Amino acid sequence: MRHDFLDRYSRLDSPVHRAPAAVKLVVALALVVTVVLLPSSRAVALAAATIVVLAAAALSRIPWRFLVRRVVVLEPFVLGVAILALFQPGGWRLFLFLVAKCTFGLLVMVLLSNTTPFSDLLRVLKGAHAPALLVTTLSLMYRYLFVLVDEAQRMKRARASRTFTPRRTWAWQTMATVVSQLFVRSSERAERIYAAMCARGWR
Amino acid sequence: MHIPDGFLDGKTAVAGGILAAAGLGVALRQARLHLPPRRVPLLGLAAAFVFAAQMINFPVAGGTSGHLIGAVLAAVLLGPSGAVIVISAVLIVQCLMFADGGISALGANIFNMGVLGGVGGWAIYRVVGRLVKGLFGLILAASFAAWCSTVLGAAACAGELAASHTAPWSVVLPAMAGIHMLIGIGEGLITGLVLAAIARARPELLRPDAATEPRRSYGAIVAYGVSIALGLALFASPLASRWPDGLDRTAERLGFKAKAVATSIPAVLPDYEMPGIHWSVLGTSIAGALGTVVVFVLAWLLARVLVPMADPPDSTGPGTAS
Repeated sequence: MRHDFLDRYSRLDSPVHRAPAAVKLVVALALVVTVVLLPSSRAVALAAATIVVLAAAALSRIPWRFLVRRVVVLEPFVLGVAILALFQPGGWRLFLFLVAKCTFGLLVMVLLSNTTPFSDLLRVLKGAHAPALLVTTLSLMYRYLFVLVDEAQRMKRARASRTFTPRRTWAWQTMATVVSQLFVRSSERAERIYAAMCARGWR
Repeated sequence: MHIPDGFLDGKTAVAGGILAAAGLGVALRQARLHLPPRRVPLLGLAAAFVFAAQMINFPVAGGTSGHLIGAVLAAVLLGPSGAVIVISAVLIVQCLMFADGGISALGANIFNMGVLGGVGGWAIYRVVGRLVKGLFGLILAASFAAWCSTVLGAAACAGELAASHTAPWSVVLPAMAGIHMLIGIGEGLITGLVLAAIARARPELLRPDAATEPRRSYGAIVAYGVSIALGLALFASPLASRWPDGLDRTAERLGFKAKAVATSIPAVLPDYEMPGIHWSVLGTSIAGALGTVVVFVLAWLLARVLVPMADPPDSTGPGTAS
């Protein structure tokens, strides 16, 4: 299991982690929506909101290096699109404001996802009467995400140990076979899961 | 193509949210009515599969790599409603667990990739698949539809950005569509290769229609059609957007817009414009149409190469190809 990067810090213990998931989700959504709706003349409000989020980040005891790295990893796409904003009158101001807004949004979401286990968010969705099929799909997806990522990595390792020189021309063919096998195995697993669910009195 | 928070303004985010809720609502209703309970776990597993498959990197020249998006692959394997649910689940998890794609832009993202990519891609897949039969037709249609769904999603994304005044329409459309016309080739190639490999290993998995949506429901087709048409009208038509405004048009007429675009955008056709024709709706349409024809031919060639490999002479796979 080498994919604990998926939600590594969501099970720490801190005041932010202990807060109810519903509250955190609503607060995060409210913060993001407020900032999204801010006109570009209100840079002070954005700075104030950023300070609040940074304080929450400090309270959560998540290592700063991890937070910064997560945000930086997601930044290239933000910059790529924000650059297009330069192609219009007054572009510089808009560009800086867009990057600031997006970085704020990223920070809020990274903080939310690393202080709240996904299963707690699912419980909130269920409590809010989200469609049952969607909640079932999401919970099954979350449950087997790690299993399938693990399976994919196992297949990758197996292939690497058997191919001496990956020929460039066949690389895509090989990868596609891996993906197709992953689907075949997922659908077989789904059949077994259905049998197991029925055996335990589902529906 | 995941739009982060901050790029969409309030009205665009709300419009995207409503369209996504409509599309996802129809998909969930269809699944509740027609999906046999036996296949319910498959939706969750397929969502996990799409997520895991997106982490497998396909090497592209120069040390870069791309990955599958998977909307059309999901639509071929699970039907359009299944694809909408699966892609939405993937996007929700990516948003809430990895901050990949903003929470205020979640609706727009679900509309672009799930509804437009899944249902729109599936419609193209069915139309082309009707015309050409057998496994050959399946691979041809699926890889062509995968390209189309990628470009359509990118165009809608560009429209949303333009409607939010994040970037001018005349820059963001050629940039997004141009880049995704290239990315789409990879998507089409991967989709075709994966389907051929599934046909080789487990051909029975390629016939989901009998199981997912047994009888045709015109209500769902109309509902999907209306939401996609509304979305395209709102986001992907230059007429509906307020851009280009006066200043913008001046800049265009003076010619520095075209120059600025030329330096920054790698496109299939230079500048995403026919040489000689000035930037216009006509030029974009001709370039887009030419690109589509080229990709159709490429998909044809791909299917031509893959079918003999997927169809060993002794097997009786789905539709022995021509």
